[in-house]
Amino acid sequence: MKNGQLITIKELVKDYPVGKGYFRALEDINLTIGEGEFAGLVGPSGSGKTTLLNIVGSLDVPTKGEVNVLGQSIGSLNARQSANLRNHSLGFIFQTYNLLPVYNVFENVELPLLLLKMEKDKRRELVDQALEWVGLQDKRKSRPAQLSGGECQRVSIARAMVKSPKIVLADEPTANLDAKNSHNILQTMEKLNQELKTTFIFATHDDKVIQYLHRKISLDDGRVVNDEQIIKE
Amino acid sequence: MITFIIKGLIRDHHRSLFPIIMVTIGVFITVFFQAFMGGFLTDMIDSTARFSSGHVKIMSRAYAENSDQVPNDLALTGVNELMTKLKQEYPDMTWVKRIQFGGLLDIPDENGETRSQATVAGLGVDLLSPGSTEIKTMNIAKSVKSGRMPQSPCEVLVSNDMAQRLGINLGESATLISSSMYGSLAISNFTVVGTIHFGIEMMDRGAMIVDVADIQQVLNMENAAGEILGYLPDGVYNDEKSQMIANKFNQKYADSVDEFAPVMGTLKEISNLSDYLDLANNMAATIAFIFVIIMSIVLWNAGLLGGLRRYGEVGVRLAIGEHKRHIYLSLIYESICIGLVGTVIGTALGLTAGYFMQKYGLDFSSTMKNINMMIPLVFKAKITPVTFYIGFFPGLLSTTLGTALAGIGIYKRQTASLFKELET
Ligand SMILES: Nc1ncnc2c1ncn2[C@@H]1O[C@H](COP(=O)(O)OP(=O)(O)O)[C@@H](O)[C@H]1O
Ligand SMILES: [Mg+2]
Repeated sequence: MKNGQLITIKELVKDYPVGKGYFRALEDINLTIGEGEFAGLVGPSGSGKTTLLNIVGSLDVPTKGEVNVLGQSIGSLNARQSANLRNHSLGFIFQTYNLLPVYNVFENVELPLLLLKMEKDKRRELVDQALEWVGLQDKRKSRPAQLSGGECQRVSIARAMVKSPKIVLADEPTANLDAKNSHNILQTMEKLNQELKTTFIFATHDDKVIQYLHRKISLDDGRVVNDEQIIKE
Repeated sequence: MITFIIKGLIRDHHRSLFPIIMVTIGVFITVFFQAFMGGFLTDMIDSTARFSSGHVKIMSRAYAENSDQVPNDLALTGVNELMTKLKQEYPDMTWVKRIQFGGLLDIPDENGETRSQATVAGLGVDLLSPGSTEIKTMNIAKSVKSGRMPQSPCEVLVSNDMAQRLGINLGESATLISSSMYGSLAISNFTVVGTIHFGIEMMDRGAMIVDVADIQQVLNMENAAGEILGYLPDGVYNDEKSQMIANKFNQKYADSVDEFAPVMGTLKEISNLSDYLDLANNMAATIAFIFVIIMSIVLWNAGLLGGLRRYGEVGVRLAIGEHKRHIYLSLIYESICIGLVGTVIGTALGLTAGYFMQKYGLDFSSTMKNINMMIPLVFKAKITPVTFYIGFFPGLLSTTLGTALAGIGIYKRQTASLFKELET
């Protein structure tokens, strides 16, 4: 973790086995991502965005090359170690929210803290705070089925943020949302990024998301074709 | 985390209701069956003791060897002296003599010609001496179907079935044709004063109940008897005690070479009930085991379906960083909760049903012909301490086993495709 770099990727290659051979989904990726970035992997469908996010999130492993996340080499972690990395330091936001239907908003947000074996009072405090961040204090007792899509995605942001992870990974977070809700959650995430210095990495091809990004990493056919900082006034 | 699991169970009926119902049914059947078998066995032992073997039984060695033929020519002699000694040595126990005999019962018409005839299985018991315990032991007075108890010598009871079959009227005379202790023909007239129905097929088929003193006289068995039965003070069979008494008794005659020397056996030895006891215990265990397997498979499949329904949930939990082992264990905890609830309900239901069957019984008399054992015709359950806990084996084992199998899928799950899976 030199020079405040949270993620260092060197000469990453990812092959998926297909039939007798393999399909190369990522080729020679070199990237560093630092603390507090609000970055997006952008590109057409099939360009490898999700694959890259998966590897950074320690859900998958590199075929070749070195991926270092928070000082840990992804390729060398066992299942337990990668689960620990995710549990302690990474937050995930999915396209389809993936809230647990039988639990209410509070309990859904509380789950990661339960896994961290946190005290009850501490959990309550952190969940309340996270719900405040996303503006859902008054929905704490609601079940996911009673919420709108935008509200669900905000619950899932709260769930990702509640343990104050270093990095939040969001795969197409707006794909199921209308424009208004998309802007709403993006503003929420932008605010959290600024206030808490949490690093956000998106995988998206949605222009609404792209216009919020501070850094746009363009992928095509498994390669990085462009990587630009976007200066906001 | 436990509260988290329990909340999930209570709110998600699909997750809890079906498995609980399954477990409840399986546990109910196991518990009820156990109570049923327990009652059946207790009744079987009890009626065997009352009607056939006592808790201990003394016969002559020769008689004992051929006891299925009821060979009265090999009967015990010097019975009065022997019984006096027994009563001195075991004053708390009850000692009675009985004579089983076979023969032909002949019902004459008014001219003395045979009107009808049948073979009888007779039993000579002490009906007339004051203070006889036999009427109570064999429940004779209450089993009289018509007529009355014999009150003086030469009055007999015959089984109700046979009385109807032979067309015997109360007060009529019947002639017993049998063979005496010395092998000669023994013919004697009795008056049928009542009919009897014990509710035990073997006793009711062709029984004739005679006072033991009468039959001693008829068969030239003065001071002799086929069997002396002993009953423990509290009237409940205790194998250990009986065995001790028998050992002590038999020791006294250990050196004798006389084939007419008395030999004492316990209910368990004499009746072959030990085999049935083992069988019945094995059956209860087998039933419990079968339920463990059946329910495990059903619950495994239910778990698989539930697992599919909860595919997303498991995926999110993996992505959030929950260890596979932890998820697996939490599913096992869930199944233990379900197993416990189902077991408690199933046991409660089983106990309730068992209790009613213990109180009222179930009448099987019409289905139990031709059975050569002392099987009671009204089945009653018996609730024992085992009844309270036996259900926990199938209840908990099947749920945990079923979930353990279904949950293996969690270990097979690749995190690599989670994002993709969770997007659909
Ligand atoms: N598990 C897999 N097995 C084989 N091919 C895969 C697998 N996952 C993704 N791919 C392929 O890799 C490429 C990149 O996929 P993905 O990272 O999902 O793209 P994006 O998220 O940019 O749409 C696609 O061509 C896809 O078909
Ligand atoms: Mg994708």
